[in-house]
Amino acid sequence: MEIPYAVKPRPDTGVYNAKLGMWLFLASEVMLFGGFFSAYILLRVGAPDGTWTRGLLSVPLGTLNTCILALSAVTTLLAWAACKVRDLGKFKFYHACTILLALTFLGIKAYEYSDKFHHYQVLKTDGTYVDGHFVDARYVDATDPQQERVLHGFKGKSFKEGGKQFNLASVTLNGFEAETLKEINEPMRGHKHEHKDVAVPAADIRKIGNYGPAHNTFTAIYFTMTGLHALHILGGVLVIAYFWGPGSRMWHTEPERFTNRIEVSGLFWHFVDLVWIFLFPLLYLT
Amino acid sequence: MDDLTPSNISAYTKRCFLVLLGVLCGTLAMVAASFAPLNSHGLKIALILAVAAVNATLVATFLMHIVTERKFVLIVLGFTVIFFVALLGLSSLGQFDHPRIVAPK
Repeated sequence: MEIPYAVKPRPDTGVYNAKLGMWLFLASEVMLFGGFFSAYILLRVGAPDGTWTRGLLSVPLGTLNTCILALSAVTTLLAWAACKVRDLGKFKFYHACTILLALTFLGIKAYEYSDKFHHYQVLKTDGTYVDGHFVDARYVDATDPQQERVLHGFKGKSFKEGGKQFNLASVTLNGFEAETLKEINEPMRGHKHEHKDVAVPAADIRKIGNYGPAHNTFTAIYFTMTGLHALHILGGVLVIAYFWGPGSRMWHTEPERFTNRIEVSGLFWHFVDLVWIFLFPLLYLT
Repeated sequence: MDDLTPSNISAYTKRCFLVLLGVLCGTLAMVAASFAPLNSHGLKIALILAVAAVNATLVATFLMHIVTERKFVLIVLGFTVIFFVALLGLSSLGQFDHPRIVAPK
């Protein structure tokens, strides 16, 4: 059975069905991200003074990712334009560029995520803080304090190994000490805390945790929004890779329909770029 | 953009790169604004988001071809904008529903 209006526009809508379907899908996506942007606004406006984290994310990396995504938006458009003028070679080249740029974007995002999971904050029993990247944690055997393990990852306040229990003795972070949370969350622009190795004995630790999604409201909404966006990138790159590879067989039998598919996938890709255009300033710059 | 032919593709490519240049300039402007010594943080946020809106308009208008899109699609998008603004507006008004939380000591 032939699918109607896969190539020619439907007389009543003026567009082919896949294109209308994509626009309707994007409309629902606008509402999905709109919900998260609303949540962001509410959380930010309602955050008590000094508790909203600013300046945590790397502006150079965010800027680089913005440029990469903008460039990929152009390459995906040029891939479609190459299809329009029946140049499969150029289509393959531009689509390969889009795939590489998308993977670079995801790679940088993964690096940023990893950095946050290695970034720790310690609340000491005296109410002050130590904030910085994890260096090591020293654990001692519960029955023989001479036996110790130095780990470059945090395993909680104790862990078991070979039937022995090791208790946390101290944690070393490469960072700075702060009197208040506000000092950490709202650093003055241009002011850099001097970083050094700070060892905190386990007895002085009231609370310790990394900057993962559970750290505070900012990291929760940051990971949720950028994670959802990254999933869209991943989905988009899978579709683009399919059209670049096995899906391009359609080019030889139904070039116009194939071109329409590239246009529709391109619309999705531009939407993903649009979302990032707002995510970047909201999360990185303000 | 149904009228793309081998003869006008170079002009189209040039336009795409001009839009890219505009978006990149806008991005740098946002970063510069974030470091600008403005007293009002609210003003800074408004300025940055205004530039982001210009960037988004460039992408939507020229790269997504909304400028040449059919009326039916524009109607769909129009409704989307109305619902989106209502969603943001109504939930933003929600902040007045409860007293402001006081920072923990």
